[in-house]
Amino acid sequence: MANPNGIGAPVRRREDARFLTGRGSYTDDINRPNQTFAYMLRSPHAHADIISIDTADALVSPGVRHVFTGADMAADGVNSLPCGWLIHNKDGTPMKEPPHYPIARDRARYVGDIVAVVVAESREQAKDAAELIVVDYAERPAVASIRAALDGTAELVHDDVPGNVCYDWHLGDKAATDAAFARAAHVATIDLVNNRLVPNAMEPRAAIGEYDPANGEHTLTTTSQNPHVIRLLMGAFVLGIPEHKLRVVAPDVGGGFGSKIFHYGEEAIVTWAAKKVGRPVKWTAERGESFLSDAHGRDHISHAELAMDADGNFLGLRVKTDANMGAYLSTFSTSIPTYLYATLLAGQYKTPAIYAEVTAVFTNTAPVDAYRGAGRPEACFLIERLVDIAAQKLGMDPTALRRRNFIPKEAMPYLTPVALQYDTGDFAKNLDMALPMVDYAGFAARRAESAARGKLRGIGFATYIEACGIAPSNIAGALGARAGLYESAEVRFHPTGSVSVFTGSHSHGQGHETTFAQLVADRFGIPIENVDIIHGDTAKIPFGMGTYGSRSLAVGGSALVKAMDKVERKARKIAAHLMEAAETDIEVKDGRFTVAGTDKGVTIGDIALAAYVPHNFPLDELEPGLDEQAFYDPKNFTYPNGCHICEVEIDPDTGVTKILNFTAVDDFGRVINPLIVEGQVHGGIVQGIGQALYENCVYDEETGQLLTGSYMDYCMPRADDVPSFTVAYHEDAPCTHNPLGVKGCGEAGTIGAAAAVINAVVNALSDYGITHIDMPATPEKVWRVIHAHKPAMAAE
Amino acid sequence: MASTVTLTVNGTTVTREVEERTLLVHFLRDILHLTGTHIGCDTSQCGACTVHVDGRSVKSCTMLAVQADGSTVTTIEGLAAPDGTLHPMQAAFREHHGLQCGFCTPGMVMSAVDLVRANPTPSETEIREGLEGNICRCTGYHNIVKAVMAGAEAMNGGTLKAAAE
Repeated sequence: MANPNGIGAPVRRREDARFLTGRGSYTDDINRPNQTFAYMLRSPHAHADIISIDTADALVSPGVRHVFTGADMAADGVNSLPCGWLIHNKDGTPMKEPPHYPIARDRARYVGDIVAVVVAESREQAKDAAELIVVDYAERPAVASIRAALDGTAELVHDDVPGNVCYDWHLGDKAATDAAFARAAHVATIDLVNNRLVPNAMEPRAAIGEYDPANGEHTLTTTSQNPHVIRLLMGAFVLGIPEHKLRVVAPDVGGGFGSKIFHYGEEAIVTWAAKKVGRPVKWTAERGESFLSDAHGRDHISHAELAMDADGNFLGLRVKTDANMGAYLSTFSTSIPTYLYATLLAGQYKTPAIYAEVTAVFTNTAPVDAYRGAGRPEACFLIERLVDIAAQKLGMDPTALRRRNFIPKEAMPYLTPVALQYDTGDFAKNLDMALPMVDYAGFAARRAESAARGKLRGIGFATYIEACGIAPSNIAGALGARAGLYESAEVRFHPTGSVSVFTGSHSHGQGHETTFAQLVADRFGIPIENVDIIHGDTAKIPFGMGTYGSRSLAVGGSALVKAMDKVERKARKIAAHLMEAAETDIEVKDGRFTVAGTDKGVTIGDIALAAYVPHNFPLDELEPGLDEQAFYDPKNFTYPNGCHICEVEIDPDTGVTKILNFTAVDDFGRVINPLIVEGQVHGGIVQGIGQALYENCVYDEETGQLLTGSYMDYCMPRADDVPSFTVAYHEDAPCTHNPLGVKGCGEAGTIGAAAAVINAVVNALSDYGITHIDMPATPEKVWRVIHAHKPAMAAE
Repeated sequence: MASTVTLTVNGTTVTREVEERTLLVHFLRDILHLTGTHIGCDTSQCGACTVHVDGRSVKSCTMLAVQADGSTVTTIEGLAAPDGTLHPMQAAFREHHGLQCGFCTPGMVMSAVDLVRANPTPSETEIREGLEGNICRCTGYHNIVKAVMAGAEAMNGGTLKAAAE
């Protein structure tokens, strides 16, 4: 009988028990004996030379133990925070990689750059003392946007980076693309801004550094999605601590969305300071600090053109994108607008020629890096907007134009002109499933009904594809990645048959403790209660790369399967010995090992006991114990894909857009826990809706001050801003190259949603002759667009 | 400056000396070590710190500990029955997958319980408007709304409706 908590079951989450009763253990919940508190004094200027720092008054302030500046770290030989991906320019030269010190040394380069650190007996005392530090700044002009950075006369953010250009990169076949445009019957063009966002995980970042002089061991407890990555980067590159003397723990983490992948200066500061102070040092960001100093997302300006023949067949795509890196290169910043963006520009379409150019620039703003979707939402938004503009231009139904250009499922595996090989996907099926769900046939009548009430109704589509589980390591390495992209797992059976699983993957909301346990319960036919999933502590788990890019199940789950394969192989031998049968005669089903053609059988529990109490055991052939570890390096990305459809109604008098219906049909390959998968889709959709309608990170162009530095100014989607959703999925095109057939579901909602929403908004406004509106489509912006185009309508 | 406050927190009377600037949320977290109540912002927008003060939901970052002197406070740690049986709203959040990272969850549950106290049979719109002061970044609110619907029914004496399968 199938395990009721096995693969495919909507198992209620096991981690919820502690979260619902206030027994979670997030970093700020943890207090160490004798701990001190750090406060980060941050630059109030976007760009200023640090002439001097006077800490005398702060040092004698009540409770203060130490005040550190960049000079103290320099004296100790603390290095720059490293960037994890080297991009090469068109001419083959490497990108510019200016240093990024945890505490700024001579110059502050964004509002929020750390200039001094106060360590005191209490948070309040540290904060009070920081007000007594006198920093003499010499202000420089701020470069607050991409456009400002690329203005030929702009101030330089880094003296040795001419023109503020980090890199100037390209992908695809320029000549073939130009040729496609030369023979095009129609060309659709778009200029768009992919608005800058603040990730806003609800748990602000926090870190606790500890040092034990008895054995020279450092411990960092931190809000991280990937503790081993932090250990490697901080230990090997920044602080010079050998890995066997550095433990990094990421306990319960309150959301990440990418922003907690990166190695941040504060982590190095508390780790380093703990040894200097001789006591644990704790730091917790206030939300205002999170806005200033968490890595932001998106922030592109693009121009794109789509060449088509007379029938609307796509011939070529040309894209020019400028991407903001912020003041310094965050850990994976450079890979986002390149290998996670331009490689996705084929979308679901058989466009034969694509050429993309990307210029990455430095500005006096917070670093920009991966945020949920990371490059793929930007690619999807650009393509799906452009396809809608093309349909409008050709007078075609947007679904018909998409269908005409879909890569057919028969063409899989399919090599795109931008270097990816899609393994599976049935794009027409997604659309076929979704259209009846939204009653597309009835849309015209609904639109007329809205119009009769003076409202503007629109419907928008996004047929997205994305790439998850970035891999394989050797190819990524050839493209500039400075880390591996595998995952690890250890399956440790205990003598009485319960199991501890150690994964290098990390859960910060995704529900690994449930989903991964389902895989083990399913495989070995044991109760899910007998399986625990352990993650987030480098002292416990094998070296792993953590969780980002929707990789946990596709990569970490595959490593777990490999480890279970090893367990089963050994168990098979033990079973053969116990039942005095040939190994080739052993059959395995739901954790029961039987001898073919007999009624003899043992369970995995019997085998575990025999392995740990090896009285009757093939000791000459096998080691005792039942504990196996595996690493899995994927052969390819996985390619989740789907069709998102949004229907909106706009009130032209107020400009308010109301989402009436949002429907998502997704192909995530095989689904292990549908309850969790649907939850991931819901959350992803709202982050996409947030970008499309509400969220916008704004720096003052003149001063580089962050204008949206709190929840009073940065509009987070709230419960009454969004509707309930209709989500569905199919499992007809499982991934062909990982053992579970899974693709990943963490980012899909965000990747598809923004394009679907804006396409719906533009569709609603189409009678005004509007072809595009930049995100977020706030009521003010929509109202202005309507009124700017009203005269044209009246004249008709 | 320090003051002495006496509160009943989760059924236990506590008397502590606090700095007058101490917020109720810091009193709960730092002095009583009730870390289930979270701090998600510094502008009283996110609602992660919501607790009940004399039975009504309050963002505990908007109240000084000295203002709560003499009050009865319930935090997420005090919501379940003494034997560990989850409050129907807690159970509904689990049943309907109304939480992911869990950080906003204590505040969300405390707000939801007070919402249903004030309006025992809320509509979806009323739930969405009622939870407008609690930000969740993970769930997209869809399952939170379902959970509050189910939780309300269960609080009214109904059985907890199962998540559709």
